[in-house]
Amino acid sequence: MGIDRRKFMKFAGLTAALSLAGKPTFGALVEEDSLEVTPPLEKLDKLAADARAVGQPLTARRWAMVIDLKKCHDAENCKDCIHACHHTHNVPEFENPKDEIKWLWKEKFEHAFHEQEFEFVQEEHRHSDTLLLCNHCDKPPCVKVCPTGATWRRDDGIVMMDWHRCIGCRYCIAGCPYGSRSFNWRDPRPFIKDTQIDFPTRMRGVVEKCTFCEELLARGQLPACVEACKEKALIFGDLEDPNSEVRKILSSQFSIRRKPALGTHPEVYYLI
Amino acid sequence: MLEKALVGNKSYWSWVAVLLAIVGAGTLAYLYQYREGLHITGLSRDVSWGFYIAQFTFLVGVAASAVMVVLPYYLHNYKQFAKITILGEFLAVSAVMMCMTFIFVDMGQPLRIVNVFLHPTPHSLMFWDTVALGGYLVLNVTISHFALGAERMGVAPPKWLKPIIILSIPWAVSIHTVTAFLYSGLAARPFWMSAILAPRFLASAFAAGPALLILLCFVLRKFTKFDAGREPIQKLGLIIMYAMSLNVFFILMEVFTAVYSGIPEHLMHFQYLYTGLEGDTTMVPWMWASSILAIISLVLLYNPKTRNREFTLGLACVALFVSLWIDKGLAMVVTGFIPNPLGTVTSYWPTLPEFVISIGVYGMGALVLTLLYKIAMTIRGKVSA
Repeated sequence: MGIDRRKFMKFAGLTAALSLAGKPTFGALVEEDSLEVTPPLEKLDKLAADARAVGQPLTARRWAMVIDLKKCHDAENCKDCIHACHHTHNVPEFENPKDEIKWLWKEKFEHAFHEQEFEFVQEEHRHSDTLLLCNHCDKPPCVKVCPTGATWRRDDGIVMMDWHRCIGCRYCIAGCPYGSRSFNWRDPRPFIKDTQIDFPTRMRGVVEKCTFCEELLARGQLPACVEACKEKALIFGDLEDPNSEVRKILSSQFSIRRKPALGTHPEVYYLI
Repeated sequence: MLEKALVGNKSYWSWVAVLLAIVGAGTLAYLYQYREGLHITGLSRDVSWGFYIAQFTFLVGVAASAVMVVLPYYLHNYKQFAKITILGEFLAVSAVMMCMTFIFVDMGQPLRIVNVFLHPTPHSLMFWDTVALGGYLVLNVTISHFALGAERMGVAPPKWLKPIIILSIPWAVSIHTVTAFLYSGLAARPFWMSAILAPRFLASAFAAGPALLILLCFVLRKFTKFDAGREPIQKLGLIIMYAMSLNVFFILMEVFTAVYSGIPEHLMHFQYLYTGLEGDTTMVPWMWASSILAIISLVLLYNPKTRNREFTLGLACVALFVSLWIDKGLAMVVTGFIPNPLGTVTSYWPTLPEFVISIGVYGMGALVLTLLYKIAMTIRGKVSA
């Protein structure tokens, strides 16, 4: 899978470079002020530049994320990571909450960890925002229940989605104990504010969720949310590597995971 | 054999026309849903399965209940069921077809449904449910086709049919067991994750299915020359009585475990059902109606006088059927999602298009059943037209 994608990226880079080469000729044929044409070409420029800047893919044996909630709370009302994620991945914004799609979002702490008791915890802590996303479980129940193999766990731990194979039965949503999956109840494309052409949009009737930015990892970049966080509250790395930052943090600090009793082994850890 | 369904009197054709109109309305509503996407339903990110999947679940039970006539007739040679066995098998065929249609209308990408077979996934219960339901349909079509064909020729059914009939008995149990496993295997949904879910499904199925069969026999007696006879209907009444008793017993066991243990994530679902949760009382009147109807049906069934009288037996069947439909066809599925895994409540109620599509599927099932029963009646030469 990884190799296929790398090959594809090379091909995409080549294609983009070719269209770049064709730009002067094409530009001469089109009126200077033609807004119809200019923005896509600019986007292609960017795509070509990105393709040229492709670094070595980041690989791991077990990707994991640590979320430092104290640092996160220091920046109250900050949504940089959410915006970065949803912008990068063409996540639509619907007015009606029942149609909602979210990959990364904030929830009250008492809901995120609702199996815990918080009777004497101060309200500001109980209601404090907690970032939620797909936990990329080691034993993902969503993968177990999917009737078509449209969602699967890669060897590096990322739980992936194939939006072309998904039949939209939503069994994975019923199976996920974390509410991490969203369904395209309607055509999402008219509701995407600024469509990124280097990431696919989805069609109605399929399920989607966070993929730990596997497309960025393949280009040697960190996940968009991690890059966007000014507080450095999101730490991403390989848990199987004893020298990785995530591993060092988890072995030196107390962390919790959501619903560990279910045996799904989430790979998102919270420092509280 | 199918040509028998194309000959009939005026009232037969009027009934067929009514059903066709219902199917037509359902089809139009579905085309609207197909164009717009499932956002036209009451479903949401939190309550992602609803009325369609609930009807599917309820009808799997109706389909499985055919075993309640097949088993006594073929395994114990209980001759009294000779006349109604074919009715039970045809009811199963119609119910399975409705199940499949309800799954189809619930799919986000219905045209990709073949992916279930192109990429078979034995670790998914949905794969096995597809296999079980498909197999059950083939079994029942085969059995009823050859049994009725032999009856028309006045000969005994072919010998090779017998093992297939025997196979259909555990297969009937399997379809509802696997359907229960769809739910009870999910650690994410404490309301469904109960070892008693499959037995409870079977008990409610073996009550609701034969109750429907009794009511169908009454309808056939009124509108055709077919009379199931008193004895088989009484026997079905007895079967229903025991099955319903077990079902109520199982429900009380669920309630006891949740209430006495007091574990919030189990208890909250029952609060949603019977008292309301965080102001959402959608299911409360329905669930109490279901409980009262269950008691009424049991009182009428336990008392030999009311059970033996066909009018009161019919009343018991209606009360029982409605009670179990509310329990399984309305409440059981959505309650698994309320509250959601984060402990919050999102309300659900089917929208008008969702409702029309569902009525359309039921209309399709009634149409299939009408045509099949017409064939059976004609072959037995007991219908007026």
